[in-house]
Amino acid sequence: MHNLAFDIAHLLAGGLVLISFMMLYQDRLYALLNIFALHAVVLAASVAWQAFIQNAPHLYVTAAIALVFKAIVIPVALHRIIKQLGIHRDIETAVSIGPTMLAGMGLVALSMVLMLRVTGAADPLAREDLAFALSVVLLGLLVMVTRRNAVSQVVGFMSLENGLVLAATGAKGMPLVVEISVAFSILIAFIVIGVFLFRIRERFDTVDVGALDEFRGERR
Amino acid sequence: MIPAVAQQIWCVAALLGTTALAIASSRSRRSTALVYGATFAISLVALAGALFSLIARTGATELTLPIGLPWLGSHFRLDALAAFFLVVVNLGAAAASLYGLGYGSHESMPQRILPFFPAFLAGMNLVVLADDAFTYLLCWEFMSLASWALVMAHHREPDNARAGYVYLVMASFGTLALLLAFGLLSGAGGGYGFAAIRSAQHTPSEAALVLALMLLGAGSKAGLVPLHVWLPLAHPAAPSHVSALMSGVMTKVAIYGFIRVVFDLLGPPSWSAGVVVLILGGATAVIGILYALMENDLKRLLAYSTIENIGVIFTSLGLALAFQANGFGLAAALAFTASLFHVLNHSFFKSLLFFGAGAVLTSTGERDMEKLGGLIHRMPLTSFVFLVGCVAISALPPFNGFVSEWLIFQAVLQSPDLPQWVLKIMVPAVGALLALAAALAAACFVKAFGITFLGRARSPAAEAAGEVDRYSLAAMFSLAALCFLAGILPGLVIDALSPVAQAVIGHRMPVQANDAWLSIVPIEESRSSYNGLLVFAFITAAASLAVYFIHRFASRAIRRGPAWGCGFADPTPAAQYSGASFVQPIRRVFGTLVFQAREHVDMPAPGDLRPARFKVDMHDLVWERLYTPLTEAVWFLADRLNQLQFLTIRRYLSLVFATLVTLLLVLAIWS
Repeated sequence: MHNLAFDIAHLLAGGLVLISFMMLYQDRLYALLNIFALHAVVLAASVAWQAFIQNAPHLYVTAAIALVFKAIVIPVALHRIIKQLGIHRDIETAVSIGPTMLAGMGLVALSMVLMLRVTGAADPLAREDLAFALSVVLLGLLVMVTRRNAVSQVVGFMSLENGLVLAATGAKGMPLVVEISVAFSILIAFIVIGVFLFRIRERFDTVDVGALDEFRGERR
Repeated sequence: MIPAVAQQIWCVAALLGTTALAIASSRSRRSTALVYGATFAISLVALAGALFSLIARTGATELTLPIGLPWLGSHFRLDALAAFFLVVVNLGAAAASLYGLGYGSHESMPQRILPFFPAFLAGMNLVVLADDAFTYLLCWEFMSLASWALVMAHHREPDNARAGYVYLVMASFGTLALLLAFGLLSGAGGGYGFAAIRSAQHTPSEAALVLALMLLGAGSKAGLVPLHVWLPLAHPAAPSHVSALMSGVMTKVAIYGFIRVVFDLLGPPSWSAGVVVLILGGATAVIGILYALMENDLKRLLAYSTIENIGVIFTSLGLALAFQANGFGLAAALAFTASLFHVLNHSFFKSLLFFGAGAVLTSTGERDMEKLGGLIHRMPLTSFVFLVGCVAISALPPFNGFVSEWLIFQAVLQSPDLPQWVLKIMVPAVGALLALAAALAAACFVKAFGITFLGRARSPAAEAAGEVDRYSLAAMFSLAALCFLAGILPGLVIDALSPVAQAVIGHRMPVQANDAWLSIVPIEESRSSYNGLLVFAFITAAASLAVYFIHRFASRAIRRGPAWGCGFADPTPAAQYSGASFVQPIRRVFGTLVFQAREHVDMPAPGDLRPARFKVDMHDLVWERLYTPLTEAVWFLADRLNQLQFLTIRRYLSLVFATLVTLLLVLAIWS
């Protein structure tokens, strides 16, 4: 049983990293959002599995939050925003795909080396989980850095947060309150960023953050 | 009976209360008298307490106050070393307060000075009393900031803002060095109490690093070359009684810090530490006095001369380190006592001279010596005490400066016993540097006194000068009396210093009170001894006899001869010997190398009626070679980094990301 539990947890966490890579690869906004929804679904599954093997019913709540908000509400809302803004055809990577993927692989290798070495004394399940979680966080940051569009930066930020939730649930004994507050803070951040997006759009007729720089009189 | 340290802390509390009083009464016309009267009384009480615990040898007393860091508290301790420096601090403070009673009444904006003056005194007292690293650094910074506020008191005068800025930068740099030094001393365990640091073991490399940091930190406050640049700017910028405190006392607090760490906390020294301190001290002494010679601003001249005296004190401390590293307890005690003696002496005569300069400044409004002259007729009492200060600082017997420098040379003469060849060769060389500095100091103060007080007035302001008030005169006369007393009764001072040497070095100089006729004998009778009283009696008798014979036999006789105008044929005062002309020979000998001085004569062509001009170009090499490139580098970097303020959002994110990945990489490689 234990081996199976470990293998499934490993599979789900590894799947999360893989989906992060898929996110890196997408250069269309709709596709990016769909992948992000998939990311959240896998996260919810992973958290639910952790709830099952740790016998921690409150984690089911976390999984449900992840599923409802991140896999459904936020992607749908972002879809609508994109449609309203009319930017669904934009191709908007600042760095080309190849180097980004290579950098992503380097980051995953780095987090594996680091986490497996630092957490030598911990439970093997938690170790693997933490290593994957750090990879997801770093890949989320990479998405934010390599995109030019504010919407995709929001998506990068959300996937970064997914990594945090993965780390939090992998480690036993994290209180539900913390998870809920993290989830809600993300939601609020999403709302703020959404409002902000519309403001940028009203003002500059685009959500390319480069417009802000041009407005300040800076070259890119 | 409350313990001695608690008594001192109460005095500090009273000083801080005086600060509050000064703020509360800032609108009252009586506040000047009130504040200086209060600080005078408090300083006298603190002085009496410190003197009692130094002479009565009450042993160390400690006190812990529950303020400061919660797990540490504030530790204070009064031992022999602290007691001696408290004597220096509070004596200077009492004299400055007395002087301030008179001098302060000429102040245009007393509310800029009065609150900070007692705070400054409290800060200096606290630094000496502190017994843990945190309290020490806190009080050190408090002292620096209070003195900075006093430097900036007249901030509208042209150069003062720059002086304050340079002082602030150097003071922060010095505190940073001290912070690192104490961090190294307390180690990873974080034992910040001085008792814990004292008992800890320090590796040689650690000790060397701490010594270097202390030379930077305490040295920048004391004015070691090349960290001295702020001192001639900041000391003269403050009001004169504060200049006296900064020059005469605050530099001594820095020396206290150096002694406390290097002699007391760091454990047994290595002889190479002595070499470093010796070289720095000797160089500081000579360069400081050369700068002083070239200076025509009276207060700046005094500030540069402070640098020279700091060099002398550090040289002597270096000797003490070298002797102690080789186990020569007696010689180390001699050098150490000599340096403490010079600390005391310098606080006497430098305060006295700054008071004199302040008196000249109040009565003429001039600091430039080339616009003074002839003041001996207008201010006879001030010029008498100023002369006493000049003689004392020039190390002429029978005054106190001679005794301490003589003791230092006695210590230099012990150097052939040292086993290391480097020291054997270097100590006499540094001794020669000290002798050069002493001779140049004498020339410097001949200039300072002669140009300022003798001859004829060079400006209408000097012509109209008058004697200063009684309080200022009382302060100057008491310091002059102390200079004289310490000069003719040096044995008493040496015996009073012996518990300090005993506590710090572990040895003491022979008891001097037993020697006949108040002689002092540093090592043994057969080698050398000095009797200030006898020298004084001899000088008095010889001078009186000479005067008597001249007046009895020479002056009365009527002689006829051609009239000689004393080389002063032109009646305008500007044709007198000036300060610049006095030092021209010295400038030609040393200035060509040290200041890159070049003389140009601009001779008009034949037939051209304009006057010929003589011009001297001098360069401050420390500024030009060290500080200017440094500031340029900082500007360059700041200019480059300025662009960080105008990046795109994505670039900022990338910076954060890159930093994170770099840190993770560091962790991955080194963990």
